[in-house]
Amino acid sequence: MIKKIAITSENVDFLEKISKLSDQVITKCDQCGTCSGSCPMVGEMDITPAQLMRMVLLGQEEVMDSKAMWICASCFACTVRCPRGLDVSRVAEALRQITLRQAVDHIDLNDIPDCEMKRLPQIALVSAGRKFTG
Amino acid sequence: MSPAKNDPRQKSKDSPETSPFSPGLKIPYFPGCTLKTTAKNFETSALAVAELLGIELVELPRWNCCGTVTSLTSDDLIHHVAPVRNLVRVEEMNDNGAVDEETRLVALCTMCFNVLKRSNLRVLEKPEELEKINNFMYLEKDYQGKVQVVHFLELLRDLGFAKVKEKVQKTLRGLKVAPYYGCLLLRPKEIGIDDPEDPTILSELLEALGAEPINNPFKTRCCGSYQTVRDRHAVAELTYDILGRARKEGAELVITSCPLCMFNLADRQKEVVEKHPGFEPMPVLYFTQLMALAFGLEENACGFDQNYVDARPLLKGKALIK
Repeated sequence: MIKKIAITSENVDFLEKISKLSDQVITKCDQCGTCSGSCPMVGEMDITPAQLMRMVLLGQEEVMDSKAMWICASCFACTVRCPRGLDVSRVAEALRQITLRQAVDHIDLNDIPDCEMKRLPQIALVSAGRKFTG
Repeated sequence: MSPAKNDPRQKSKDSPETSPFSPGLKIPYFPGCTLKTTAKNFETSALAVAELLGIELVELPRWNCCGTVTSLTSDDLIHHVAPVRNLVRVEEMNDNGAVDEETRLVALCTMCFNVLKRSNLRVLEKPEELEKINNFMYLEKDYQGKVQVVHFLELLRDLGFAKVKEKVQKTLRGLKVAPYYGCLLLRPKEIGIDDPEDPTILSELLEALGAEPINNPFKTRCCGSYQTVRDRHAVAELTYDILGRARKEGAELVITSCPLCMFNLADRQKEVVEKHPGFEPMPVLYFTQLMALAFGLEENACGFDQNYVDARPLLKGKALIK
Protein backbone atom coordinates (compact mmCIF):
# COMPACT_ATOMS: atom_id res chain seq x y z
CA MET A 1 0.00 0.00 0.00
CA ILE A 2 1.28 3.44 -0.83
CA LYS A 3 1.45 5.87 2.05
CA LYS A 4 0.88 9.41 0.89
CA ILE A 5 2.87 11.99 2.82
CA ALA A 6 2.13 15.67 2.60
CA ILE A 7 5.11 17.84 3.41
CA THR A 8 3.98 20.68 5.66
CA SER A 9 5.91 23.46 7.34
CA GLU A 10 5.88 21.42 10.58
CA ASN A 11 7.62 18.57 8.76
CA VAL A 12 10.29 20.95 7.49
CA ASP A 13 10.76 22.37 10.98
CA PHE A 14 11.42 18.89 12.36
CA LEU A 15 13.95 18.12 9.62
CA GLU A 16 15.70 21.42 10.25
CA LYS A 17 15.79 20.85 13.98
CA ILE A 18 17.40 17.41 13.62
CA SER A 19 19.75 18.64 10.88
CA LYS A 20 20.99 21.42 13.13
CA LEU A 21 21.33 19.29 16.25
CA SER A 22 23.16 16.52 14.38
CA ASP A 23 25.14 18.93 12.18
CA GLN A 24 24.29 16.75 9.18
CA VAL A 25 22.84 17.64 5.77
CA ILE A 26 20.23 14.89 6.02
CA THR A 27 18.79 15.71 2.59
CA LYS A 28 21.99 14.31 1.07
CA CYS A 29 20.83 10.78 2.00
CA ASP A 30 20.36 8.66 -1.14
CA GLN A 31 18.66 5.75 0.64
CA CYS A 32 21.30 3.28 -0.57
CA GLY A 33 20.94 1.23 2.62
CA THR A 34 24.68 0.93 3.35
CA CYS A 35 24.04 2.04 6.94
CA SER A 36 21.42 -0.68 7.46
CA GLY A 37 23.72 -3.29 5.93
CA SER A 38 26.59 -2.23 8.21
CA CYS A 39 24.60 -2.00 11.43
CA PRO A 40 25.38 -4.79 13.95
CA MET A 41 22.15 -4.03 15.85
CA VAL A 42 19.76 -3.82 12.89
CA GLY A 43 18.22 -7.21 13.71
CA GLU A 44 16.98 -5.77 17.01
CA MET A 45 15.49 -2.63 15.46
CA ASP A 46 11.88 -1.97 14.42
CA ILE A 47 12.95 0.30 11.57
CA THR A 48 16.34 0.20 9.83
CA PRO A 49 18.84 3.08 10.04
CA ALA A 50 18.04 3.94 6.39
CA GLN A 51 14.31 4.09 7.22
CA LEU A 52 15.13 6.28 10.20
CA MET A 53 17.02 8.66 7.89
CA ARG A 54 14.15 8.71 5.42
CA MET A 55 11.58 9.48 8.11
CA VAL A 56 13.67 12.36 9.41
CA LEU A 57 14.23 13.63 5.87
CA LEU A 58 10.46 13.67 5.32
CA GLY A 59 9.94 15.31 8.69
CA GLN A 60 7.92 12.41 10.07
CA GLU A 61 7.92 13.00 13.80
CA GLU A 62 6.58 9.45 14.38
CA VAL A 63 10.22 8.44 14.10
CA MET A 64 10.45 9.51 17.74
CA ASP A 65 8.26 6.51 18.65
CA SER A 66 10.63 4.02 17.04
CA LYS A 67 13.06 1.91 19.06
CA ALA A 68 15.89 2.12 16.53
CA MET A 69 17.62 5.20 17.95
CA TRP A 70 17.81 3.55 21.39
CA ILE A 71 19.25 0.33 19.97
CA CYS A 72 22.06 2.16 18.14
CA ALA A 73 25.34 1.38 19.95
CA SER A 74 27.20 4.38 18.43
CA CYS A 75 29.70 2.01 16.83
CA PHE A 76 30.20 4.30 13.78
CA ALA A 77 30.18 1.41 11.30
CA CYS A 78 27.60 3.37 9.25
CA THR A 79 29.62 6.56 9.68
CA VAL A 80 32.76 5.21 8.02
CA ARG A 81 30.84 3.57 5.18
CA CYS A 82 28.21 6.15 4.14
CA PRO A 83 29.01 7.04 0.52
CA ARG A 84 27.43 10.46 1.07
CA GLY A 85 29.63 11.21 4.07
CA LEU A 86 26.68 11.31 6.46
CA ASP A 87 26.97 10.36 10.11
CA VAL A 88 23.82 8.42 10.99
CA SER A 89 25.02 7.94 14.56
CA ARG A 90 24.81 11.72 15.01
CA VAL A 91 21.23 11.72 13.71
CA ALA A 92 20.33 8.95 16.18
CA GLU A 93 21.98 10.95 18.97
CA ALA A 94 19.98 14.05 18.02
CA LEU A 95 16.73 12.03 18.20
CA ARG A 96 17.69 10.61 21.60
CA GLN A 97 18.58 14.05 22.86
CA ILE A 98 15.18 15.47 21.84
CA THR A 99 13.59 12.99 24.27
CA LEU A 100 16.21 13.14 27.02
CA ARG A 101 16.17 16.94 27.10
CA GLN A 102 12.51 16.80 28.04
CA ALA A 103 13.63 14.97 31.19
CA VAL A 104 12.24 11.67 29.88
CA ASP A 105 14.72 8.90 30.59
CA HIS A 106 14.80 5.82 28.39
CA ILE A 107 15.94 3.48 31.17
CA ASP A 108 15.81 3.65 34.94
CA LEU A 109 19.15 2.63 36.40
CA ASN A 110 17.26 1.54 39.54
CA ASP A 111 15.68 -1.25 37.50
CA ILE A 112 19.03 -2.97 36.95
CA PRO A 113 19.06 -6.13 39.10
CA ASP A 114 21.63 -6.27 41.92
CA CYS A 115 23.42 -9.21 40.35
CA GLU A 116 23.96 -7.13 37.20
CA MET A 117 25.03 -4.03 39.12
CA LYS A 118 27.74 -6.11 40.78
CA ARG A 119 29.01 -7.38 37.43
CA LEU A 120 28.82 -4.32 35.19
CA PRO A 121 32.00 -2.26 34.88
CA GLN A 122 31.79 1.55 35.45
CA ILE A 123 32.48 2.14 31.80
CA ALA A 124 29.19 0.38 30.93
CA LEU A 125 27.13 2.21 33.54
CA VAL A 126 28.52 5.64 32.79
CA SER A 127 28.05 5.25 29.04
CA ALA A 128 24.51 3.86 29.42
CA GLY A 129 23.73 6.75 31.76
CA ARG A 130 24.99 9.19 29.14
CA LYS A 131 23.07 7.61 26.28
CA PHE A 132 19.80 6.66 27.97
CA THR A 133 19.24 9.24 30.69
CA GLY A 134 19.15 13.03 30.73
CA MET B 1 45.79 14.61 -1.21
CA SER B 2 48.42 11.88 -1.18
CA PRO B 3 47.37 8.51 0.24
CA ALA B 4 50.23 8.56 2.75
CA LYS B 5 48.95 11.79 4.25
CA ASN B 6 45.70 10.14 5.22
CA ASP B 7 47.14 6.82 6.29
CA PRO B 8 46.62 6.50 10.03
CA ARG B 9 49.46 4.01 10.12
CA GLN B 10 51.97 6.74 9.32
CA LYS B 11 53.74 8.31 12.26
CA SER B 12 52.02 11.43 13.40
CA LYS B 13 53.17 14.59 11.70
CA ASP B 14 53.12 16.19 15.13
CA SER B 15 55.84 13.87 16.42
CA PRO B 16 58.89 15.78 17.64
CA GLU B 17 61.75 16.18 15.12
CA THR B 18 64.22 14.54 17.50
CA SER B 19 63.79 10.93 18.56
CA PRO B 20 60.59 10.76 20.60
CA PHE B 21 61.97 7.77 22.50
CA SER B 22 64.96 9.10 24.40
CA PRO B 23 66.21 7.04 27.40
CA GLY B 24 64.33 7.64 30.64
CA LEU B 25 61.28 8.82 28.74
CA LYS B 26 58.31 9.92 30.83
CA ILE B 27 54.92 10.28 29.16
CA PRO B 28 51.66 11.49 30.75
CA TYR B 29 49.15 8.68 31.04
CA PHE B 30 45.36 8.73 31.50
CA PRO B 31 44.01 5.60 33.25
CA GLY B 32 40.26 6.28 33.43
CA CYS B 33 37.80 4.72 35.85
CA THR B 34 37.67 1.10 34.75
CA LEU B 35 41.44 0.50 34.79
CA LYS B 36 41.33 1.25 38.50
CA THR B 37 38.57 -1.29 39.20
CA THR B 38 37.52 -4.14 36.91
CA ALA B 39 40.46 -3.81 34.50
CA LYS B 40 43.34 -3.58 36.98
CA ASN B 41 45.19 -6.31 35.11
CA PHE B 42 45.16 -4.12 31.99
CA GLU B 43 46.89 -1.28 33.82
CA THR B 44 49.33 -3.46 35.75
CA SER B 45 50.48 -5.35 32.66
CA ALA B 46 50.72 -2.20 30.53
CA LEU B 47 52.78 -0.24 33.05
CA ALA B 48 55.13 -3.20 33.46
CA VAL B 49 55.72 -3.74 29.75
CA ALA B 50 56.13 0.00 29.15
CA GLU B 51 58.81 0.10 31.85
CA LEU B 52 60.69 -2.76 30.18
CA LEU B 53 60.56 -0.79 26.94
CA GLY B 54 62.10 2.22 28.68
CA ILE B 55 58.89 4.25 28.92
CA GLU B 56 57.57 5.52 32.21
CA LEU B 57 53.84 6.16 32.00
CA VAL B 58 53.23 8.93 34.53
CA GLU B 59 49.66 9.02 35.77
CA LEU B 60 47.99 12.35 35.15
CA PRO B 61 47.57 14.20 38.46
CA ARG B 62 43.93 14.98 39.35
CA TRP B 63 42.53 13.27 36.27
CA ASN B 64 38.74 13.09 35.99
CA CYS B 65 36.33 10.79 34.16
CA CYS B 66 36.38 11.43 30.41
CA GLY B 67 32.63 10.70 30.13
CA THR B 68 33.20 7.35 28.30
CA VAL B 69 31.16 8.37 25.25
CA THR B 70 31.62 11.50 23.21
CA SER B 71 28.76 13.91 22.87
CA LEU B 72 27.58 13.76 19.26
CA THR B 73 25.31 16.78 19.04
CA SER B 74 26.39 20.13 17.63
CA ASP B 75 25.72 21.89 20.92
CA ASP B 76 26.20 20.27 24.35
CA LEU B 77 29.67 21.75 24.91
CA ILE B 78 29.42 20.97 28.61
CA HIS B 79 30.25 17.31 27.95
CA HIS B 80 33.56 18.32 26.34
CA VAL B 81 34.71 20.13 29.47
CA ALA B 82 35.73 16.95 31.32
CA PRO B 83 37.99 15.67 28.50
CA VAL B 84 39.52 19.12 27.93
CA ARG B 85 40.22 19.52 31.64
CA ASN B 86 42.36 16.38 31.43
CA LEU B 87 44.27 17.91 28.52
CA VAL B 88 44.97 20.99 30.67
CA ARG B 89 46.60 18.64 33.23
CA VAL B 90 49.07 17.49 30.56
CA GLU B 91 50.08 21.08 29.87
CA GLU B 92 50.41 21.61 33.64
CA MET B 93 52.76 18.61 33.87
CA ASN B 94 54.95 20.22 31.25
CA ASP B 95 54.84 23.57 33.04
CA ASN B 96 55.82 22.14 36.42
CA GLY B 97 58.50 19.81 35.10
CA ALA B 98 56.73 16.50 35.86
CA VAL B 99 57.52 15.63 32.24
CA ASP B 100 60.03 17.21 29.88
CA GLU B 101 58.40 18.75 26.79
CA GLU B 102 56.18 15.72 26.40
CA THR B 103 52.80 16.69 25.04
CA ARG B 104 51.63 13.18 24.15
CA LEU B 105 48.89 11.84 26.41
CA VAL B 106 48.72 8.05 26.40
CA ALA B 107 45.45 6.21 26.97
CA LEU B 108 45.05 2.45 27.34
CA CYS B 109 41.26 2.22 27.48
CA THR B 110 39.89 2.51 23.96
CA MET B 111 36.83 4.48 25.04
CA CYS B 112 38.91 7.04 26.96
CA PHE B 113 41.25 7.32 23.96
CA ASN B 114 38.35 7.98 21.60
CA VAL B 115 36.63 10.55 23.83
CA LEU B 116 39.79 12.48 24.69
CA LYS B 117 40.97 12.57 21.08
CA ARG B 118 37.57 13.63 19.74
CA SER B 119 37.17 16.48 22.21
CA ASN B 120 40.74 17.60 21.48
CA LEU B 121 40.07 17.60 17.75
CA ARG B 122 36.79 19.45 18.16
CA VAL B 123 38.19 22.33 20.20
CA LEU B 124 41.24 22.63 17.94
CA GLU B 125 38.94 22.91 14.92
CA LYS B 126 36.58 25.34 16.63
CA PRO B 127 38.53 28.03 18.51
CA GLU B 128 35.31 29.78 19.53
CA GLU B 129 34.20 26.64 21.37
CA LEU B 130 37.60 26.34 23.06
CA GLU B 131 37.28 29.93 24.22
CA LYS B 132 33.88 29.15 25.75
CA ILE B 133 35.23 26.07 27.53
CA ASN B 134 38.28 27.98 28.76
CA ASN B 135 36.05 30.72 30.14
CA PHE B 136 33.94 28.10 31.88
CA MET B 137 36.91 26.36 33.55
CA TYR B 138 37.78 29.24 35.82
CA LEU B 139 39.88 27.13 38.21
CA GLU B 140 42.20 25.84 35.47
CA LYS B 141 44.65 27.51 33.18
CA ASP B 142 43.42 27.88 29.62
CA TYR B 143 43.96 24.90 27.36
CA GLN B 144 46.56 25.92 24.78
CA GLY B 145 45.82 23.09 22.36
CA LYS B 146 49.27 21.53 22.58
CA VAL B 147 48.31 17.98 23.52
CA GLN B 148 48.33 14.99 21.22
CA VAL B 149 46.17 12.08 22.41
CA VAL B 150 47.67 8.69 21.49
CA HIS B 151 46.74 5.11 22.23
CA PHE B 152 49.40 2.89 23.80
CA LEU B 153 49.32 0.72 20.65
CA GLU B 154 50.32 3.76 18.56
CA LEU B 155 53.18 4.39 20.94
CA LEU B 156 54.37 0.80 20.40
CA ARG B 157 54.11 1.21 16.63
CA ASP B 158 56.06 4.48 16.76
CA LEU B 159 58.70 2.80 18.94
CA GLY B 160 58.82 -0.04 16.41
CA PHE B 161 57.60 -3.62 16.79
CA ALA B 162 61.21 -4.70 16.20
CA LYS B 163 62.04 -3.05 19.55
CA VAL B 164 59.16 -4.95 21.13
CA LYS B 165 60.54 -8.19 19.67
CA GLU B 166 63.95 -7.51 21.23
CA LYS B 167 62.37 -7.70 24.70
CA VAL B 168 60.72 -11.08 24.15
CA GLN B 169 62.07 -13.68 26.58
CA LYS B 170 59.46 -16.33 25.95
CA THR B 171 58.22 -16.49 22.40
CA LEU B 172 54.51 -17.30 22.14
CA ARG B 173 55.09 -19.87 19.39
CA GLY B 174 52.06 -21.99 18.61
CA LEU B 175 49.55 -19.70 20.31
CA LYS B 176 46.72 -18.88 17.92
CA VAL B 177 45.33 -15.46 18.78
CA ALA B 178 42.51 -13.52 17.10
CA PRO B 179 42.81 -9.74 17.52
CA TYR B 180 39.53 -7.98 18.29
CA TYR B 181 39.53 -4.24 17.55
CA GLY B 182 35.90 -3.34 18.04
CA CYS B 183 34.85 0.20 17.15
CA LEU B 184 36.51 3.01 18.95
CA LEU B 185 40.17 2.29 18.15
CA LEU B 186 39.25 2.61 14.47
CA ARG B 187 36.19 4.77 14.05
CA PRO B 188 35.44 7.43 13.04
CA LYS B 189 38.28 7.68 10.50
CA GLU B 190 39.76 10.91 11.80
CA ILE B 191 40.22 9.32 15.23
CA GLY B 192 41.18 5.74 14.28
CA ILE B 193 44.74 4.48 14.64
CA ASP B 194 44.53 2.04 11.71
CA ASP B 195 42.53 1.16 8.60
CA PRO B 196 38.88 1.13 9.77
CA GLU B 197 37.97 -1.87 7.60
CA ASP B 198 41.12 -3.97 7.75
CA PRO B 199 43.35 -3.06 10.68
CA THR B 200 46.64 -4.91 11.21
CA ILE B 201 48.33 -3.26 14.20
CA LEU B 202 47.45 -6.02 16.68
CA SER B 203 48.55 -8.74 14.24
CA GLU B 204 51.89 -6.95 13.86
CA LEU B 205 52.25 -6.91 17.62
CA LEU B 206 51.36 -10.61 17.88
CA GLU B 207 53.96 -11.46 15.24
CA ALA B 208 56.58 -9.56 17.26
CA LEU B 209 55.64 -11.70 20.28
CA GLY B 210 55.93 -14.89 18.21
CA ALA B 211 52.23 -15.75 18.36
CA GLU B 212 50.18 -16.74 15.33
CA PRO B 213 47.63 -14.03 14.46
CA ILE B 214 44.27 -15.38 13.33
CA ASN B 215 42.16 -13.17 11.11
CA ASN B 216 38.59 -12.93 12.34
CA PRO B 217 36.24 -11.30 9.80
CA PHE B 218 34.30 -9.93 12.78
CA LYS B 219 37.36 -8.20 14.26
CA THR B 220 35.89 -4.72 13.75
CA ARG B 221 32.27 -5.62 14.48
CA CYS B 222 30.72 -3.88 17.48
CA CYS B 223 30.38 -5.90 20.70
CA GLY B 224 27.21 -3.98 21.58
CA SER B 225 29.00 -1.51 23.86
CA TYR B 226 26.73 0.14 26.47
CA GLN B 227 23.72 -1.81 25.15
CA THR B 228 24.93 -4.46 27.59
CA VAL B 229 23.11 -2.47 30.30
CA ARG B 230 19.82 -2.25 28.39
CA ASP B 231 19.68 -5.69 26.78
CA ARG B 232 22.34 -8.17 27.86
CA HIS B 233 20.90 -11.00 25.77
CA ALA B 234 21.20 -9.01 22.52
CA VAL B 235 24.83 -8.32 23.40
CA ALA B 236 25.42 -11.99 24.22
CA GLU B 237 24.28 -12.85 20.68
CA LEU B 238 26.89 -10.49 19.24
CA THR B 239 29.50 -12.14 21.47
CA TYR B 240 28.37 -15.55 20.28
CA ASP B 241 28.87 -14.47 16.65
CA ILE B 242 32.23 -12.76 17.18
CA LEU B 243 33.81 -15.50 19.30
CA GLY B 244 32.19 -18.33 17.34
CA ARG B 245 33.74 -17.00 14.17
CA ALA B 246 37.14 -16.54 15.85
CA ARG B 247 36.97 -20.18 16.96
CA LYS B 248 35.97 -21.31 13.48
CA GLU B 249 39.00 -19.52 12.03
CA GLY B 250 41.20 -21.47 14.43
CA ALA B 251 41.71 -19.03 17.32
CA GLU B 252 42.34 -20.31 20.84
CA LEU B 253 42.39 -16.88 22.42
CA VAL B 254 41.11 -13.37 21.67
CA ILE B 255 42.82 -10.10 22.59
CA THR B 256 41.31 -6.65 23.04
CA SER B 257 42.25 -3.14 24.18
CA CYS B 258 38.88 -2.08 25.58
CA PRO B 259 37.51 -2.88 29.05
CA LEU B 260 33.91 -2.72 27.78
CA CYS B 261 34.67 -5.09 24.88
CA MET B 262 36.36 -7.27 27.49
CA PHE B 263 33.22 -7.38 29.61
CA ASN B 264 30.92 -8.05 26.65
CA LEU B 265 33.15 -10.69 25.06
CA ALA B 266 34.26 -12.41 28.26
CA ASP B 267 31.76 -11.97 31.10
CA ARG B 268 28.75 -12.17 28.76
CA GLN B 269 29.84 -15.70 27.85
CA LYS B 270 27.78 -16.64 30.91
CA GLU B 271 24.64 -15.59 28.97
CA VAL B 272 25.99 -17.14 25.76
CA VAL B 273 26.38 -20.57 27.40
CA GLU B 274 22.85 -20.35 28.87
CA LYS B 275 21.39 -19.92 25.39
CA HIS B 276 23.88 -22.00 23.42
CA PRO B 277 24.87 -24.94 25.66
CA GLY B 278 27.36 -26.27 23.08
CA PHE B 279 29.38 -23.05 23.11
CA GLU B 280 32.99 -23.64 24.05
CA PRO B 281 34.25 -20.80 26.30
CA MET B 282 36.97 -18.64 24.77
CA PRO B 283 39.57 -16.84 26.88
CA VAL B 284 39.86 -13.10 26.19
CA LEU B 285 42.92 -11.15 27.33
CA TYR B 286 44.17 -7.59 27.12
CA PHE B 287 46.98 -7.37 24.55
CA THR B 288 49.31 -6.11 27.28
CA GLN B 289 48.81 -9.34 29.27
CA LEU B 290 50.25 -11.34 26.37
CA MET B 291 53.11 -8.84 26.11
CA ALA B 292 53.86 -9.28 29.82
CA LEU B 293 53.88 -13.05 29.37
CA ALA B 294 56.21 -12.87 26.37
CA PHE B 295 58.51 -10.42 28.18
CA GLY B 296 58.95 -13.03 30.92
CA LEU B 297 57.24 -10.95 33.62
CA GLU B 298 55.90 -12.55 36.77
CA GLU B 299 52.34 -13.81 36.89
CA ASN B 300 51.16 -10.91 39.07
CA ALA B 301 52.15 -8.50 36.29
CA CYS B 302 50.24 -10.62 33.77
CA GLY B 303 47.09 -10.69 35.92
CA PHE B 304 45.69 -13.91 34.46
CA ASP B 305 43.80 -14.57 37.70
CA GLN B 306 41.48 -11.60 36.97
CA ASN B 307 40.04 -12.73 33.64
CA TYR B 308 36.49 -14.09 33.49
CA VAL B 309 37.45 -17.05 31.29
CA ASP B 310 40.65 -18.51 32.68
CA ALA B 311 43.39 -18.54 30.02
CA ARG B 312 45.84 -20.44 32.23
CA PRO B 313 44.87 -23.99 31.22
CA LEU B 314 45.49 -23.04 27.57
CA LEU B 315 48.78 -21.33 28.40
CA LYS B 316 49.88 -24.30 30.53
CA GLY B 317 49.04 -26.62 27.65
CA LYS B 318 51.38 -24.56 25.47
CA ALA B 319 54.07 -24.69 28.20
CA LEU B 320 53.98 -20.87 28.40
CA ILE B 321 53.27 -20.85 32.15
CA LYS B 322 53.82 -23.43 34.88
